[in-house]
Amino acid sequence: MIHLTAHEQLAALRTGATTAEALAQQHLDAIRRLEPKLQAFLHVDETTVLEQARSVDAKRQRGEPLGALAGLPVAIKDVLCTAGRPTTCGSKMLQHFKPPYDAHVVERLRQADAVLLGKTNLDEFAMGSSTENSAYQVTRNPWDLERIPGGSSGGSAAAVAACEAPLALGTDTGGSIRQPAALCGVVGLKPTYGRVSRFGLVAYGSSLDQIGPFARTVADAALLLEVIAGHDRRDTTCVERPVPAYTQTVEQPVAPLTVGVAQEHFAAGLDAEVEQSVREALKVYQQLGATIKDVSLPHSQYAVATYYLVATAEASSNLARYDGVHYGHRAAKFDNLIDMYCKSRGEGFGAEVKRRIMLGTYALSSGYYDAYYLKALKVRRLIKDDFDRAFAGCDVVLGPTSPTPAFKIGEKADDPLTMYLSDIYTIGGNLAGITGISIPCGFTRSGLPIGMQLQAPPFEEEKLLRVARMYERATDWHTRRPLP
Amino acid sequence: MSLTADDVQWVAHLARLELSAAERAALARQLNGILDYVRQLEAVPTEGIEPLAHPLPLHNVFREDEPSPSLPVSQALANAPDRQGDFYGVPAVLD
Amino acid sequence: MADLPYRIVIGLEVHVQLLTRTKLFCGCRTDFGQPPNSATCPVCIGMPGVLPVMNRRAFDLALKAATALNCELVSFTKWDRKNYYYPDLPKNYQISQYDLPFSKDGWLDIQPAGGPRRIGIIRVHLEEDAGKSLHDESGGGGSSRVDLNRTGTPLLEIVSQPDMAAPEEARAYVEELRLLLRELEISDCEMQEGSLRCDANVNIHIPQSDGSFLATPLIEVKNLNSIRGIERALKYEADRQYDEFQKKFGKDWRAQGQPKAFERLHRVVDKIEEAKDGRWKEVAKATAGWDDARGVTNVQRRKEEAADYRYFPEPDLVPVLVDDDWRAQVREGLGELPAAQRGRLQAQYGLAPYDAGVLAAQGRAFVAYFEALAKDCDDANEAKNWLTNDVLQTLHERKLGIREFALTTAALAELIREVKATGLNKQRAREVYAEMLASGTTAKQAVGKLGIQVVADEGQLLAIIRKAIEANPKAVADFKKGKVKAADAIKGAVMRETKGQAKAELLQQLLMQELQKA
Repeated sequence: MIHLTAHEQLAALRTGATTAEALAQQHLDAIRRLEPKLQAFLHVDETTVLEQARSVDAKRQRGEPLGALAGLPVAIKDVLCTAGRPTTCGSKMLQHFKPPYDAHVVERLRQADAVLLGKTNLDEFAMGSSTENSAYQVTRNPWDLERIPGGSSGGSAAAVAACEAPLALGTDTGGSIRQPAALCGVVGLKPTYGRVSRFGLVAYGSSLDQIGPFARTVADAALLLEVIAGHDRRDTTCVERPVPAYTQTVEQPVAPLTVGVAQEHFAAGLDAEVEQSVREALKVYQQLGATIKDVSLPHSQYAVATYYLVATAEASSNLARYDGVHYGHRAAKFDNLIDMYCKSRGEGFGAEVKRRIMLGTYALSSGYYDAYYLKALKVRRLIKDDFDRAFAGCDVVLGPTSPTPAFKIGEKADDPLTMYLSDIYTIGGNLAGITGISIPCGFTRSGLPIGMQLQAPPFEEEKLLRVARMYERATDWHTRRPLP
Repeated sequence: MSLTADDVQWVAHLARLELSAAERAALARQLNGILDYVRQLEAVPTEGIEPLAHPLPLHNVFREDEPSPSLPVSQALANAPDRQGDFYGVPAVLD
Repeated sequence: MADLPYRIVIGLEVHVQLLTRTKLFCGCRTDFGQPPNSATCPVCIGMPGVLPVMNRRAFDLALKAATALNCELVSFTKWDRKNYYYPDLPKNYQISQYDLPFSKDGWLDIQPAGGPRRIGIIRVHLEEDAGKSLHDESGGGGSSRVDLNRTGTPLLEIVSQPDMAAPEEARAYVEELRLLLRELEISDCEMQEGSLRCDANVNIHIPQSDGSFLATPLIEVKNLNSIRGIERALKYEADRQYDEFQKKFGKDWRAQGQPKAFERLHRVVDKIEEAKDGRWKEVAKATAGWDDARGVTNVQRRKEEAADYRYFPEPDLVPVLVDDDWRAQVREGLGELPAAQRGRLQAQYGLAPYDAGVLAAQGRAFVAYFEALAKDCDDANEAKNWLTNDVLQTLHERKLGIREFALTTAALAELIREVKATGLNKQRAREVYAEMLASGTTAKQAVGKLGIQVVADEGQLLAIIRKAIEANPKAVADFKKGKVKAADAIKGAVMRETKGQAKAELLQQLLMQELQKA
């Protein structure tokens, strides 16, 4: 049952072929079996999982109206707040923190009668591309346990790929949904900035962060997006705009369809096998009747530099609140208030978080603001303008999600810049605020998944999903599962 | 323009981060590497370009001045590392 | 002022809490005096993952205040984060406004004793308040306690130009600002409760032999928590700066040439100012705390650490665009402001500037009462006299506002007419007024109840006067010798005889007539 898609599992629940409790139990069993190797979850509370499942079964039995995800287990990245439950952000800083509120998306999941399965591992405060930066554990790639699952939502991606969960929530600030989706061979969608409320998402880069779904199929991703998208007055940057019925239209091909290809997405550093798979995918679209068109994103080469100034500047301020006063880690010994701050933060944060706080603080500091932060905001506009111009002539832009397949654990740990460059193709979408999806498009000879990215203009998730589904229907990459 | 050990110390102070000598040395090296990389932005002409702080052209979003329940004191202080009665306890605040 | 050996230059930064029901970015109540940490929520505690949402009323009140201060409301405004670590600032950044405040370039007309002045306003901006840190003396000075109830309360910062040339003007500025903001129900401006807080930037200009001036370094005086304190602190600080200057350079400083070192005495970046190129910059400044009990300012010689607030646009809030319609709407909602009101009271009722000022200072409701009373009794001058003396005193004693005052304008107008008709003297008139307040009767009823029967019969009064003249030959003789005052003794005797109820004008007229004859 756990290998079925979310839609199939829901159908089984509806027809009575299984119960929510049985389904939850099967996923808990898979978690028990796989976690010693995979390490995708930080917290799973079997008792509450089964309680939730039983309560959905009871509701169904009473004939009460049920939500869109009734009885379906969903895993949640541990950077999303769950009331009264641990929300660690993969950081020692929040080891004992229990927020008194649910994130908006978690509320939406509860309203949809989903079963919250547990909290998944991530790079500390979502800062990283490998999930190696968690203070607690290193999540493995289910296709090769020696390799990283990508990041920062590596736990969610690995859990869905390994069928520990049919659906999972991740967050994407520079590629943190799409890149691990590509590296784990699943579907991951970053919605348009403002499509999903950020309330209860522990902020990293506030003007870039978005919450999105992981699934094993495009239709399943549409299902979860439909549940979490929409207005929330607690997030000023969340737009008031109707949510299309993604699941109702996802099977409809887009015709005529123009697929844009940017030469900048095939730059130096792109793995040959990845390039080949993506070029094959273009041919598939051509065979499906699409027009392939060259588009230009001339400023995309500056995206990583821009991102690492904007995101870290915002992060340096967002993470200032972790100071050992109102919640979170406080050092045991200190001399005075400032020393308490410095020691608590020095002890509570890991190396990558410190690095980004330092970079962001520097970029905003007196004398450097104009040269770094302000300059980055200007280039950010140029990057957005590039996309606007490109989308004037095409429906979607297709390219690789990540320049390489999953790399080995520890391979890039000492070289932050190389690590940052693994987000080179996804970061532009966050800077521009547009939507993007990564879907499986092949495997390397050594059996590692390859993902391709489709990007669409703001609030064009419906079209994006339909275009992705066209390819998915024509190929079978998404049906392959890693060995258990 | 490269980051000195003193600069690292100063930025760490602004960010209230205690760093070991080894961390300081590693950070000086890594940050300089990253700054070298981001300096490529200097090559981009941005004369007359408006900075983009928000990806969406949203404006005038308000809420009404309607009270909503506050947290019970016990919940507000539940995560406090040093709760002093109904207050947060901190080392002496001195100006 | 003219006798001081220096010129004082004062600019004020006033913070007022806005009269909203809830905080700037969350629904917690802003009432003063709630139990510690009982008015907080994840948003104002700054818990992970929460987001601010702007209170519409706070922004409306801010627009109102800026418009009343004759400021320009800009078309595009945004919020910025001001980053600094402090335990009562839980996010460790304050949401404030940096380079694009919603308003700028206004003024406030004030009425100090020395004559009317116009004080420029540099900018008005909206920001969130911090909580309170209470220093715990019991624990050997080792710890503080933090209460976050105040955290996130909407705060308006009003920055004046350094246009005030005397402590009295600073006081008049704050008084006028307080009146204006209370009148418009923007803030209750209670300095004791901290809903109006004032910092003063002060330095002195010392004349030099070549006709130019030497400026002392700018000092920001903090902790000014009463109107009187503002005036006292600034007087003290100006003198202190002069003394410091004298001590440093002695009496012969002119001979030493330009004492440049003096200007570099303190360097702490603490303030934003608009530079010539139009960008906002932080300028160097030292701070001093005002110790009201001891009556001194204490300059804080902090170590040479420049604050670096790392302002940047708040990504969790969106900009606000204000168009002409919105501006016009705000202006229409203001009504008559105190300065305009004072002018109108003088023109329409022939009041002296001082009296118009006293009335206007009591607020709109009081002025409305005055205008109704003036109409009812048809004598603006008497209406003003009764209000500024007796009624104000009653309100003050009973701690009441004019809205709670027991007498209607019709009732008080009747008293004024009665006094005029009967010639009741002031003392008896006050007794009638007191009776009206005590028993809720009309003026006529009160006169009857007090048994006042004004002796207005000429024959009756004449008889009493003649008797009094006979009984006081010495006073009559003195009067004849030119001691006009001597008549008072006879008048007193008549008053005793009539129990103070002789019609005052008639008595005066008849007495003079009889004394001439005597």
